[in-house]
Formats: sequence, structure tokens, C-alpha cells
Amino acid sequence: MTHINIASLEVGQVIGTTEFLLTRDSLVRYAGASGDFNPIHYRDDFAQSVGLDGVLAHGMLTMGAAVQVAVDWVGDAGKVIDYGVRFTKPVFVDAQDGAVLVVTGKIGEIDAENGEVRIDLTATFNETAVLGKAQARVRL
Amino acid sequence: MVNPNVQGKKYPATNPYLVGREKIREFAHAVKSTNPINLDVFAAQAAGYNDVVAPPTFAVVIQERSLATVLGDPEADIDFSRVVHGDQRFIHARPIVAGDELVSVLEVASVKTLGAHSMVTFETKIFAEGDELVCTAISTLVVRGGE
Repeated sequence: MTHINIASLEVGQVIGTTEFLLTRDSLVRYAGASGDFNPIHYRDDFAQSVGLDGVLAHGMLTMGAAVQVAVDWVGDAGKVIDYGVRFTKPVFVDAQDGAVLVVTGKIGEIDAENGEVRIDLTATFNETAVLGKAQARVRL
Repeated sequence: MVNPNVQGKKYPATNPYLVGREKIREFAHAVKSTNPINLDVFAAQAAGYNDVVAPPTFAVVIQERSLATVLGDPEADIDFSRVVHGDQRFIHARPIVAGDELVSVLEVASVKTLGAHSMVTFETKIFAEGDELVCTAISTLVVRGGE
């Protein structure tokens, strides 16, 4: 049970916007938690040696943070039953200032029969979308 | 260049991964979750779960164990230093919960070649004890061609 009444929802309705500050500390923490120790996510010299402008966030960190907007709205992380994204642009994380990821969720589709809602997420960094077709299906 | 003949190849099940409560908390903090269902056993149990629930992208940890097998397979010939993550999806039959013991079975769903680049899509099925399907993880990697 959730506090959300599916009949009161409308397609296009904004469910929330969250700003996530991703710092180098965030990347190291994600590397440890996920086991993804690709050095492009913590070493500038290595990132530059493979042709990148600098250290970038794990795509999976961006994906994992973005869905929190849907999780916070439904109130239960276990109710996100299907979640997919395309990684369209890198998020470069400045050593001093980090990077601010702005995520907004909107109702994309309502399936009242099954009690499910599709949340369409937009995630931007420096006003550029970094995820494409980011959609989370949530069971209410 | 990825070997197109590995399309359809299945890799054997990984060794069981025991999902720990603190691992879920660690991962939840890393993806900036503040959801009590991820962090607080009592909140999770009040919501009907046995223990804390993993964030929706936690299955990547299990998927990686299968992917490591493919990346180490000389037949597939995937140069990890040239890999870029193209897309990712997790379809959950039920959430992953602390205490689950999970194995994954990976199949190379497709290999496409676009000029010098290859796009490889993997489908990883994650099972709990008793062959219970918990999650299907679908991942596409783009492997950049050589200079």
C-alpha cells in the first residue's frame, strides 16, 4: 500500500525534482560499493590517457541516483519493477566543485488496471541531458 | 572487434552471491538513497519484506560477475579498455532483499557491428535459491574499434 491514489494522477504531472551533488568522494564511494574500479572514475591522468577530458561519473551511479526521484515519490525502493536508461553523455566531475546532476520525474503512463505507473526521468548536467529514455515502472 | 559468433552463447552460472544487509546499506548510500526501505530493517519489515531491500540498480553487482566471465573469454575477444556502457535495464520479478543468495546466467543476446565499433547486448538472468527468477538485467556495451 502506498499513499498515492492512482486515480488522482495525470500524465505529464511532475512528481519531483532533486539535485544530486556528485563529488570525487561520491565516485570513490560508488566504486567501492559496486566493485567498478575502472580508473577513469578516479584518476585524471588515466582518464586523459584514454582521450577523456577528465574523470567522469560511473554511468551506473547516474542511473542509480536518478531513480531515487521515483523511489522517494512511491516511498518504497522495492516497488520499482522495471528501470532502464541509455547513457547519452558523460558527467565530468571536477576535483574541487564536483558535478550537479538535476533529475526530474514525470508521470509518463498510467496503467490503472495493473496499478502501475511509468515515471519518465530527465537527468541533466550543465543543462545537457545525460540519460536518454530513462523510464521507471512503479507498482503502486 | 567483438567476435560475432558469440551471439547466442550462454555462460555458466556464477558462484552464489550472498546479499548482505550492510552491503545493501553501503550501495544505497553510494547511489544517494535515503529510502528507509533500503536502510532500516524495521521499516522494511513493516512494509512486508524480510529484511532491507536493495536499490533498483543493485543487480548490477551480480551482473558484473557474469560480465567478468565474458570479458575474460578469449573467444568473445572484448577489449575492456575500449568499452563504453550504452544502455542498461533491470526487470524485477521481485526486489532483491538482504539474505538472498543469487546466481546469474548470462547469454550474449546480440552482437552488432557498426563500422569499426561493435555493440554487444547481454541478458543476465539472476536467480535466488530454488531457481526463482528475481531479475533480468539487460546491458549493451559499445566496444570502440582500434585506431
